[in-house]
Amino acid sequence: MNSEAAVDLVGRGNREGAALFRDWFDELNTTATSGGQAAYVFVMGSINEILKSFDLPVVFPEINSLQTAVRRVAHEYLEEAEDYGYSPDICGYVKADVATQLRGGEHPMGQIPPPTLSVLTNACNTYIKWAEIWERMYDCPTFTLDVPGTRQSGRQTWRGDSDFEADRKYVEVQLRELITVCEAVTGRKFDIDKFREVLTHANTMSRSWNRILELNQSKPALFSALTDGTIFLGVANGFRGTEAGARYFERLVEEMEYKAANGIGTTIEEEYRLLFVGVPCYPIFRRFNELFTDWGGTFVNSTYLWFASGGTNRGFEYDLKDPIASLAEGVLVSVRDAMDAMFHQDVVLADMVDDFGADGVIYHPIKSCRTVSTGLADGRRYLTKERDIPTLFIESDMMDRRVVSEAQMKNRIDAFFEGLASRRQMAGTKG
Amino acid sequence: MAYAAGVDVGSTQTKAVIIGEDRRIAGRSLLDTGANVIKAAESAYMAALEQGGIEEREVEYVVGTGYGRYRVTFGNTQVTEISCHGRGAVHLFPNTRTVVDMGGQDTKAISVSPQGEITDFCMNDKCAAGTGRFLGAAAAALDIPLDDLGSISLKSDRPIKISTTCTVFAESEVLAWIGKGKKIEDILSGVHKSIASRSAALMRRVGIDDEVTFTGGVSRNEGMVKALEDRLGTRLNISDDCHYMGALGAALFALDHVVAGRAPAAEGAGVSA
Repeated sequence: MNSEAAVDLVGRGNREGAALFRDWFDELNTTATSGGQAAYVFVMGSINEILKSFDLPVVFPEINSLQTAVRRVAHEYLEEAEDYGYSPDICGYVKADVATQLRGGEHPMGQIPPPTLSVLTNACNTYIKWAEIWERMYDCPTFTLDVPGTRQSGRQTWRGDSDFEADRKYVEVQLRELITVCEAVTGRKFDIDKFREVLTHANTMSRSWNRILELNQSKPALFSALTDGTIFLGVANGFRGTEAGARYFERLVEEMEYKAANGIGTTIEEEYRLLFVGVPCYPIFRRFNELFTDWGGTFVNSTYLWFASGGTNRGFEYDLKDPIASLAEGVLVSVRDAMDAMFHQDVVLADMVDDFGADGVIYHPIKSCRTVSTGLADGRRYLTKERDIPTLFIESDMMDRRVVSEAQMKNRIDAFFEGLASRRQMAGTKG
Repeated sequence: MAYAAGVDVGSTQTKAVIIGEDRRIAGRSLLDTGANVIKAAESAYMAALEQGGIEEREVEYVVGTGYGRYRVTFGNTQVTEISCHGRGAVHLFPNTRTVVDMGGQDTKAISVSPQGEITDFCMNDKCAAGTGRFLGAAAAALDIPLDDLGSISLKSDRPIKISTTCTVFAESEVLAWIGKGKKIEDILSGVHKSIASRSAALMRRVGIDDEVTFTGGVSRNEGMVKALEDRLGTRLNISDDCHYMGALGAALFALDHVVAGRAPAAEGAGVSA
């Protein structure tokens, strides 16, 4: 590869990801203005594979909401929903979406079409109440996919196990029902060949996503799991099952493998390798990351990239010979993993400390989300007991800047790095 | 002798400590922070120099700490008060394993390893409930000097149970108990117990191991010392210099730089420089 091509390769994933994001919202804007159909879905089990086979544009309200925070207008949306009557304690994602709907779909990225159908899983309890809001607002059908989760930490069942087969069949029956609902909503017959095509693209994306995360074990890390990873995640969700998504991820693997082979890391001099647990602090997204990078801290992996990709990080690939049954297995395995990334991430994180050569683990519980935050204190205690690794617990929010205190946050982060430095110095003295 | 200094710019008060190479305190000062943080840092530093009879040029390194550490414009570097309180506490009480620092607007629980390394810490989040500010609000409501609260609280024989540590609601809570005819010492004892309870909860999050050293401005309050000792069921390490612990820790970090020879004398710290 010549040097010009190499220069073009490094950072390509971020550039192309941003462009795809704009394309996606342009499509939604066109759909909204032309009165076309759209499906509302969530990151933890979007079932894009079925929706895309019906050519339904997908809207991820969680992504719309976080975009208002990144673009620093979330407070306007939150206050509007609160003025309407929603409590300050309710999930910020929900409130920003409610305000978007109250504004007739007005969003900083363009016009958002209303839902023709909403599809959700039980991975988050708020999803259920959230979809009911759209049901009331638009009288649109709501499809809830009940995915059996892990019954006990460390006791996942797998293919061949009778419990697993029962769970898989339970999911499959529901997916067949969703196909019927999609047929009724769109007035189109389900096309199994098109469905296989979508699954082929989804397979490429899952395989690539898994590889990209694995490649970040490289030293220095190839990308920031917090900032760059969030761009990749957006494409993983919005373009799942599409040719554009598959091509993007193939090219991203190419970029990461090139960086790994040439020892090219992120834009900072890597001093400390960190794992991130929770949801990013979007109201001060860039600054939040800088509070760590200023000390040479790089996020090398994140539970967010697992659960917010619906568990597709597992790299599960569908069997095209029996596509619906295989989709059921993939959804079961992946969504279950997404839930485990929130509720049973302790053992995985402990293993990851070695795999990724982590120096510390950052826990970021958020006011908005009890689902993702409640178990973090337990997880942290487990990790502290099992592993001699420093951890930091900082609380804020993913949407609401009223509960983000940058000065307090900086104080804790600075103290954490002072501890890491002291620890390294002492280890050096002993050595 | 070469000296090193630490300046702790807190929300309420600014403290400065100067130590010699023997690690003993050679000068100290304390004054209200006020609105001009930069000026407060400079004034505290100059007052500590004067108190110790030390020339500014003799101080080779200055570390700023506290919430206003980046406003110590004449300092060489900054270290968080979490690290500084831990360092200072282990210096004065080498067997310290847990530090509780109670200041004007935050309370910190810090866990320290036998080697003096900060292994964990926890602070009150987002609001000043259960901190020194709550005592200030109670003092204002009762029109009693802040320094007298502790001794008055110790006279109580029937402490009342305060249901909130919210600084905003402190005044109305205290006034409500006065309205019910409760004695001031019983109300104040309740206030101290309430803060002690909240602080103990913070400490439990990092683990409470003996010995426990109490630092920060509120450590001068004998009523709070008693309330916290009762709550924890253990004696607390207290020193006359506990209020200066952050500045002392900062000075010790500064001395590390001096000893390591990392501070070029020609560029020595100074307000006048």
